[in-house]
Amino acid sequence: MDLKIEFEEKIFENKRRSPDEFKIIANTLRQDIIKSLLLAGSGHSGGPLGIADLMSVLYFGGYLNYNPHEPDWKDRDRFILSAGHMAPILYAVLARAGYFPASELATLRKFGSRLQGHPGLDVKLPGIETSSGSLGQGVSIAVGMAMSHKLVDKDSKEVYSITGDGELQEGICWEAAMTAGTYGLDNFCWIVDNNDCQIDGRVKNVMSVYPLKEKFEAFGFTVFEIDGHNIVDIIATLDKFTRFHALRKGKPVCIIAKTFMGNGVSFMHDNYKWHGNPPNKEQAIKALEELSK
Amino acid sequence: MKTYEKKGDKATRNGFGEALAELGDVMPELVVIGADVTGSVLTSFFQEKHPDRFFSVGVAEQNATTVAVGMALSGKVAVFSSYSAFSAFRNADQLRVSVCYNEANVKIGGAHSGITVGPDGATHQSLEELAFLRALPNLTLVSPCDYLEAKKATKAICEMAGPAFIRFGRPAVPMFTNDDTPFILGKANILREGNDVAIIACGLLVWQALLAAEKLQEVHGINARVINMHTIKPIDVQAIVDASLECKCIVTAEEHQVHGGLGGAVAEVTAKNSPVPIEIVGMKDTFGGSGEPFELIEKYGLTWKEIYASALVAIERKNGTFNKIRQVKDIASYHEGL
Repeated sequence: MDLKIEFEEKIFENKRRSPDEFKIIANTLRQDIIKSLLLAGSGHSGGPLGIADLMSVLYFGGYLNYNPHEPDWKDRDRFILSAGHMAPILYAVLARAGYFPASELATLRKFGSRLQGHPGLDVKLPGIETSSGSLGQGVSIAVGMAMSHKLVDKDSKEVYSITGDGELQEGICWEAAMTAGTYGLDNFCWIVDNNDCQIDGRVKNVMSVYPLKEKFEAFGFTVFEIDGHNIVDIIATLDKFTRFHALRKGKPVCIIAKTFMGNGVSFMHDNYKWHGNPPNKEQAIKALEELSK
Repeated sequence: MKTYEKKGDKATRNGFGEALAELGDVMPELVVIGADVTGSVLTSFFQEKHPDRFFSVGVAEQNATTVAVGMALSGKVAVFSSYSAFSAFRNADQLRVSVCYNEANVKIGGAHSGITVGPDGATHQSLEELAFLRALPNLTLVSPCDYLEAKKATKAICEMAGPAFIRFGRPAVPMFTNDDTPFILGKANILREGNDVAIIACGLLVWQALLAAEKLQEVHGINARVINMHTIKPIDVQAIVDASLECKCIVTAEEHQVHGGLGGAVAEVTAKNSPVPIEIVGMKDTFGGSGEPFELIEKYGLTWKEIYASALVAIERKNGTFNKIRQVKDIASYHEGL
């Protein structure tokens, strides 16, 4: 079998869209993930595929304010991928948003690349807000950013962060939750990628973090439980967050998004064994075939 | 030549706290994160003056550090301080990845450092952080010698870009620098000229080094050069090379383990550039315990006496008259003679 990997230079605008359009974007992102991981020969497949729907709405649905031509634009909102190992989806999103050429996705994890195995600020890839990868630190940084905007600058910038559910086993996550709740950071949206998978198995078996809704509510969050692959659900919930923020509700929002690891690729679907592996050539061909349907 | 004079006692933490409160007036971007010991580490001075830019996160040093990073990545100069035992170790991973790898504009105060925190005992006596912090890329690391220098150092690290850590202590200690004493990050101060032996010290031990130098002069006619190495990283390579070439032997002194701290830093420089005998004064690979600061520094050999004895050994080693087997006995006898 022969497979030629190419990244078509296609950019998506950040605007209100119909659900079907987001599905097309999400599948483009998934193809980018599969291609870049195949070329990298290492990296995380399952998680990035699982949040492709969430990321397509967040970045291309008019929610997150950003300017790819001015990455440091002072009026931008912030997105922090706390689960830094899901970098392949972040890189795909940033490329498709126009921060850098899609062809650069072919350099993932390679020597000299700006697409580090986990996001690094030092390599100055446009659109990256912080290094992340040591679990739990990103969401705490996001809380610091939300505090800076709400309490010091007193502006209306929003801060979004995605953590995994296994990541919530890190104590610092709950220190960050305590702070977000106490300061009533209504400009902060914490999205939990709830796929119940981590390297060693099901989260509930390795070390349960459940129940999540009650925990976040107890820390002072408004919590929404959604289907993380249902575009209509995602849109409705992000709308609620932005409305709550506009109304200065005085509470941070937590979106617990039920997702499936490896979503979109049948043989990776809901299988924790795909947490930290790339596809081989045959698997990539099969995955790309499924994703182009 | 004497370039210093003792003018009373005051804690280095006062210098840190006062500097932040003053800087708050002229730096609107300065924010301070507190982790419950604000009245001890004296970030309370800033809090009283600038309550709208002070944020408590409770006893959660890991989160405090990364919240500071979030503030810094949003354009602030963010300061976080707790006891050095918790602001250098409890948050070690946050310091490495989020502060240093990000090159975030975060300034960490390591308060109540060293053995002189006293009665709190070994759990609170941080004596290892220089070893860890010195190995972190991008970090500027300072250990001021007195109240006024702590104040100058705090201002200097807040005015520079990038991550910095300042180590200071709890008890009142001699004040001997003055307003005119220069403080330039990375540039050591020579407090006393001399070419027989160089004593390179930081923090509390700088004053002890000066006392030792006077005693060496008085008893043996030895001219000791005393260097205040207030910046541990980036270290003043030139001052160390000059000292080793001109004095041909060195004593280092620090309120820290003998492994990996100032002594290690000096030895790294001389080993590469100008090898000379070095004696390292510090905690001898042991934990401390409860007691008054003056009792503890005596017990663990962190006074001028240890520096004095070590200088004599260093000079003997330089002259080739030192008998290795006699070392332990000699140091003991030097002590007895004092």
